[in-house]
Amino acid sequence: MVTGEKQMSLREPLARAKGHGSAKEGTRHFIMQRLSSIALLALIPWFLISLIGHIDDDYMALVAWVREPMTSITAILLIVTLFYHLFLGLQVVIEDYVHSGTRRYPTLIVVKFACFVSAFTGVFAILKIAFGA
Amino acid sequence: MAKKNRPLSPHLGVYKLQITSALSILHRITGVGLGFGALLLITFLVSLMLGAESYQAFADFMNQMLMQLVLAGFIIALVYHFFNGLRHLFWDVGQGYDIKTVYVTGWLTMAATTIVSAYVIGSVLW
Repeated sequence: MVTGEKQMSLREPLARAKGHGSAKEGTRHFIMQRLSSIALLALIPWFLISLIGHIDDDYMALVAWVREPMTSITAILLIVTLFYHLFLGLQVVIEDYVHSGTRRYPTLIVVKFACFVSAFTGVFAILKIAFGA
Repeated sequence: MAKKNRPLSPHLGVYKLQITSALSILHRITGVGLGFGALLLITFLVSLMLGAESYQAFADFMNQMLMQLVLAGFIIALVYHFFNGLRHLFWDVGQGYDIKTVYVTGWLTMAATTIVSAYVIGSVLW
């Protein structure tokens, strides 16, 4: 690469010295965003149908419904997929609109933590109801 | 850094808002908004976990006029994001890119959103 270094490059010397480049994670992000959306194509109609079917349920009926294994499992899958998809989407929005590095990374960290905390809280709530509180 | 005062692209201000760009930004807005809807779902599950009393508090909170409107908004946003997301998935495999199809699927998305969200809201709020 000795001769290559002498050729004209479009990269600024500072950029080359810093050595930053693509983290090679963009494709995975793109694929996972689509993969989670395909899963949600099935989970969201289930959620809307459940909302319609159980809107008039009282506390006891709702608990009995969440305890059914099919409901618990589907609800857990929904919450995990939903918050994963949400984080991937919010990440792109933040990267597009928050330009300052001192604000961008704290925002990304807070949003990622919030998605994890919410998803785990939701999953725990379902499990606790399912296994009997 | 000598980066300030550089021109920013794209120059959104010079374009007339069209169905393509309107639906595109709506996808983002509804996506971000649905993040708050997801938090409401978690609140519901936690209230159900904590017992009959806390669930009743959640139900009373949701039965307020304002929260019914918020719920209706979340339903519209969810149904829209669902159908427009389906449109994006077709684009991702290279389908439906010509202008005519983009317009047709755009109007179809709005029609489907209106019909389905009206049905869901009608079943849930009344």
